[in-house]
Amino acid sequence: MALDAVAFGLRRIGRGTLNAVTRLGFASRFFVAVLLNSPAAFRRIQLTLREIYFAGALSLVIILVSGLFVGMVLALQGYEVLTRYGANESLGVLVALSLVRELGPVVAGLLFASRAGSAITAEIGLMKTTEQLSAMEMMAVDPLARVVAPRFWGGLVSMPLLTALFSTLGIFGAYLVGVKLIGIDNGAFWGNMQAAVDFRRDIFNGIIKSVVFGFAVSIIAVFEGYDARPTAEGVSSATTRTVVASSLAILALDFILTVFMFRGIGV
Amino acid sequence: MPDASVDPTCPTDIAVSLRGVRYGYDRRRPILKGIDMTIPRGKLVAIMGTSGSGKTTILRLIGGQLRPQAGEITVAGREVPKLERDELFALRRRIGMLFQFGALFTDMTVFDNIAFPLREHTELPPDLIRDLVLMKLNAVGLRGAARLRPSELSGGMARRVALARAIALDPMLVMYDEPFAGLDPISLGIVGQLIRRLNDALGITSVIVTHDIYESLKIVDYIYFVSDGRIVAEGAPDVVRASSDPFVRQFVDGAPDGPVPFHYPATPLLEEFARGA
Amino acid sequence: MNRSTIDLWVGIFVAIGIAAIIFLSLRVGNLLTATNAPGYHVEAAFDNIGGLKLRAPVKAAGVVVGRVDRIQLDPKSYQAVVSMRIDQGYQFSRDTIASILTSGLLGEVYIGLDSGGDPQVLADGGRIAKTQSAVVLEKLIGQFMFDKASAGNAK
Repeated sequence: MALDAVAFGLRRIGRGTLNAVTRLGFASRFFVAVLLNSPAAFRRIQLTLREIYFAGALSLVIILVSGLFVGMVLALQGYEVLTRYGANESLGVLVALSLVRELGPVVAGLLFASRAGSAITAEIGLMKTTEQLSAMEMMAVDPLARVVAPRFWGGLVSMPLLTALFSTLGIFGAYLVGVKLIGIDNGAFWGNMQAAVDFRRDIFNGIIKSVVFGFAVSIIAVFEGYDARPTAEGVSSATTRTVVASSLAILALDFILTVFMFRGIGV
Repeated sequence: MPDASVDPTCPTDIAVSLRGVRYGYDRRRPILKGIDMTIPRGKLVAIMGTSGSGKTTILRLIGGQLRPQAGEITVAGREVPKLERDELFALRRRIGMLFQFGALFTDMTVFDNIAFPLREHTELPPDLIRDLVLMKLNAVGLRGAARLRPSELSGGMARRVALARAIALDPMLVMYDEPFAGLDPISLGIVGQLIRRLNDALGITSVIVTHDIYESLKIVDYIYFVSDGRIVAEGAPDVVRASSDPFVRQFVDGAPDGPVPFHYPATPLLEEFARGA
Repeated sequence: MNRSTIDLWVGIFVAIGIAAIIFLSLRVGNLLTATNAPGYHVEAAFDNIGGLKLRAPVKAAGVVVGRVDRIQLDPKSYQAVVSMRIDQGYQFSRDTIASILTSGLLGEVYIGLDSGGDPQVLADGGRIAKTQSAVVLEKLIGQFMFDKASAGNAK
């Protein structure tokens, strides 16, 4: 009896692994196909611009507001701890480094995945369900070039811009709380910050992170949409998968990138 | 009626032919087990059968979206499964397809939907495209709906717009997937008449997949009946109406039980109840 | 949603995004003030550099005049050789003293330069002769306890 259960479990794991590997292979071929079809997306630049609008410009509100609040909370919490070491003039340093290195790319990435990533997946999935992608194929227009690639590049371009805006609003929020509300010296706030934040090590690395995250979220979103089962629950489960997979990917990539970028700290 | 023999769009006398075609989405369970079909140029042919009998699959095979596991499929003399991607796309530009429920692009207006194939595949100037789109819309009677969005259309109107889009590039072959599904009686009549008139006026070949026997008998030149993966009957409308084939009779009369059984395969009723006791 | 509106919003979005990146680079970071400022290099050897890191500031009278470029161990003398870049506008005499200092109790480690009276100045590639190593806390405590112990013995 128990042996049956074990065998059943093993078979399920085996099948699941095979499915996962097959899916990964399909996803990789899909990714290559999207890249090959990308020149078409840029020749019809209007398509990509439209997607930048839908993925990026329409995410502005949530990104800006979240950035502001994250910055303000960071300032409040940071001040409380720094005061204990008499280091409250380093508040700007704390907030800037936290945002630029980590919180900016990661939180903006997570927000982007839930707002824009899920929207992209749902849109492509619905187009698949209502046979619009099929119709395009039958009209000799490759849906990868016309529907998928512009959305991928739209997401990829939007991410770094949204991350920068998130970090900027965060620092501004910290400035409001720290300098205006709490009363830290304005000059010390900005001066210490500028001395401690290095462009190449902190800001540039943060930008690299946001590009990598944007790539991950965009490719997952378009793939799940394209691969969704053409039913209502197929699309809904694909949307959920996008958000979950993107979030996990962002956190895992963040760890890997941080190890490579910041292991030199202390040398 | 135009002389089909000088039709410039389809070079061969036989527009579409299928021979021994086998296909299954799951390789172990074929839906089509050997389909033989010949569709001459300029004719309007219906493929009929019960739901799930593989009618739409036949259309997909003709259009090259699927590859048959056996058999050959020829369109205008060219073997579809063997075509390279570019050749297949070139062929598709000469085929129009009307999908079930229209499959209009929901993010653009009716006008843009019909202009889509024109803009993608031709270098025509915007004025000429505008004229062509309005002409196609006029042919289906919806010129006034050009600025509407698909979500604002009724089912019948959406179907007609999709028809206009299918003939936008003046194809040689048009395929209709369930064009009558879900329409009110007036729209049914309109769509049926449009399909017949367009077939004759443009000299195209038309293939309809449907299970609406009543509307089909009014407009088609020939009918193929598909059941259990094979062609079980075929003929012109008069022949079909007078047929004594039990499958055809059940279809034409709309009888609930016959060669196509009413009950899904299950254990006998008494046995079922006895088990519960 | 017509084309020109979309284009407008995309333009605004991209513009403020790039502005944010520029703001972060210039005002928050040190893009202009740091790298590639014209300068010259000098070297100094220390017995112990303590917690000195790359890119640590070089200060004179508390003003940042340069950055630490490279830290290496001289295999023959077992001293730490620190190479630093000094901004072009500053001149230091040949008998300048370079010390490793800490700003505040928990602050960062930096190199402090005290200029001497020598009329000749350090040129590119020059070496600072007089150096003062970092104060290593353990050695200080050890020294203190040794002194205490020997003072006790002397009694």
